[in-house]
Amino acid sequence: MTDKTIIRFQQVTKQYDNDPAVLDNVSFEIERGKFYTLLGPSGCGKTTILRLIAGFIEPSDGNIYFNGKKVNQLPANKRQVNTVFQDYALFPHLNVFENVAFGLRIKKMKSNIVEQKVKEALRFVNLEGYENREIREMSGGQRQRVAIARAIVNEPEVILLDEPLSALDLKLRTEMQYELRELQRNLGITFIFVTHDQEEALAMSDEIFVLNNGKIEQSGNPNDIYDEPINRFVADFIGESNIVSGTMLEDYVVKFTGKTFECVDGGFHPNEDVEIVIRPEDLEITKPQDGKLQVKVDSQLFRGVHYEISCYDNDGNEWLVHSTKKATVGENIGLHFESEAIHVMRYDETEEDFDKRLEAYEEGSHGN
Amino acid sequence: MGTKSRNYYLIPYVLWIALFVVAPILLVLYYSFFNIEGHFTLENYKKFFTPVYLKMTFSSFWYAFLITFFTFIIAYPTAYLLTKTKHKQLWLLLIIVPSWINLLLKAYAFIGIFGTYGAANKFLEAMGVGGKQILFTDFSFVFVSVYIFLPFMILPIFNALNDLNPSLIDASNDLGASPLTTFKRVIFPLTLDGVKAGCQIVFIPALSLFMLTRLIAGNRVITLGTAIEQHFLVTQDWGMGATIAVFLIIAMVIIMLLTGKRKSGMLR
Repeated sequence: MTDKTIIRFQQVTKQYDNDPAVLDNVSFEIERGKFYTLLGPSGCGKTTILRLIAGFIEPSDGNIYFNGKKVNQLPANKRQVNTVFQDYALFPHLNVFENVAFGLRIKKMKSNIVEQKVKEALRFVNLEGYENREIREMSGGQRQRVAIARAIVNEPEVILLDEPLSALDLKLRTEMQYELRELQRNLGITFIFVTHDQEEALAMSDEIFVLNNGKIEQSGNPNDIYDEPINRFVADFIGESNIVSGTMLEDYVVKFTGKTFECVDGGFHPNEDVEIVIRPEDLEITKPQDGKLQVKVDSQLFRGVHYEISCYDNDGNEWLVHSTKKATVGENIGLHFESEAIHVMRYDETEEDFDKRLEAYEEGSHGN
Repeated sequence: MGTKSRNYYLIPYVLWIALFVVAPILLVLYYSFFNIEGHFTLENYKKFFTPVYLKMTFSSFWYAFLITFFTFIIAYPTAYLLTKTKHKQLWLLLIIVPSWINLLLKAYAFIGIFGTYGAANKFLEAMGVGGKQILFTDFSFVFVSVYIFLPFMILPIFNALNDLNPSLIDASNDLGASPLTTFKRVIFPLTLDGVKAGCQIVFIPALSLFMLTRLIAGNRVITLGTAIEQHFLVTQDWGMGATIAVFLIIAMVIIMLLTGKRKSGMLR
């Protein structure tokens, strides 16, 4: 734990009655001034973590520390944290100004200071001149901004965002991703962002926690998580993946689909069973005799930026290819890939062991 | 064809309104201009502004206010607790069930309970306080009225609280508000429409209560409702009775306007 740490979860479990734990013995640290994303499918426990940090619920087991102090039982209204809710939770009986001013009025700030701060916060989210609007007169994107202004005006140390972009249309969502990232950099405060959208997570975060079934599967920066997924779940959840089973003959030599390939992964037992990930964009279409794999094109979808081509090899494994070149359905083609494109995953490896192994064997490889 | 056929559906409704709402009000208005001998006069209106009737009006409003006030004081926390229980619909039903029983039956039941030899006095004696005159007091009148009106106040408040988005309460806590401040600044303002509807449903009938004034208050409380009944059934002075009714209707309309839903946001 360093003095940069602002929030620390120590073996936190959250369980309701006798149901299976929503959050199962989770430990992690959040550093000051970074943009974090909790990513996972619905029901994975990401919102539970957020509610624990906000203080809406208490952990069943384990401890939560804020600035080094244990805050398990500290009520939400006494925490240096503000939340942007999924449905924005703006007060319908107050106008935009009063919504943003709510937190300041609770603190009994002088009205001229309140006015100045609210105006500043609204300027930050590009909503100058909207002070006297009623909430119901605002569009989805504008409400979103009001909710953000209402959080930042209190100058909290951490802002929690619970899937705040999920209700917006695609174009607005992409715009807000840039704006949020920009806002976080300008304010320099910690953002903890919850989403089930992996693209959003990759685009915005300094650090991603991938969650599944109440556990953190993997944490790291977007590049690491995309390039070095720890297991099948992460590989499958983040981006598109071709996952096949194989055998690690020795370090840097892997066998799958009956062929032996050079790779850049090490630290395995000889002849260990493993899973292989190759991203669709790392596969290149060639003539059948020039390819490392020989496959037959099964179907093809035009995705705008690229074609998504689904192929099958002789063993019945599906290979997804992203290519700007068009293929012909039913044609036999070859697939070429660099040895760096092969990512090998051990079965049931813990994050700790995974990181250690990667550190020891990664020199000179494709990671960054 | 749309509007035309829709107009036909309106016929029963219009007939109903005309026969049972508009016509009676017009009749009441008409009768209020005649004296007991059947001559046209404005005497009744003059008489209404004499101390006797003004006092009656004041006492009607005062008791209606007391009843509404105490009903509200009990109904709001009850409704609030109801929304927190696990089987809230069941509890709500249990609270509503007594309102299905006829008002007179309930009044007679209370005569039994509050009577000199009733359960209430037995209890007081057992507690060592000694027997008291409970029936035919202001207390018993307000108590029984509150009991009768309670479900009608709880229901709209319960609905308002139930419709309240729980994340608004989280948001308020999150912004630093204590539970009490959250109640004052978020929960209560957002359930105000339910409170207004409840007050309207209680206050207006309470203004014209008359059976309870006799059965429970022993005619010690004379309200406008009692006066109307007396004029029509006892003194046969329909003109004066109708005049009081006109003022009662005016009062009710004013209250409905005051407690009506206003859809604008709260302004400070």
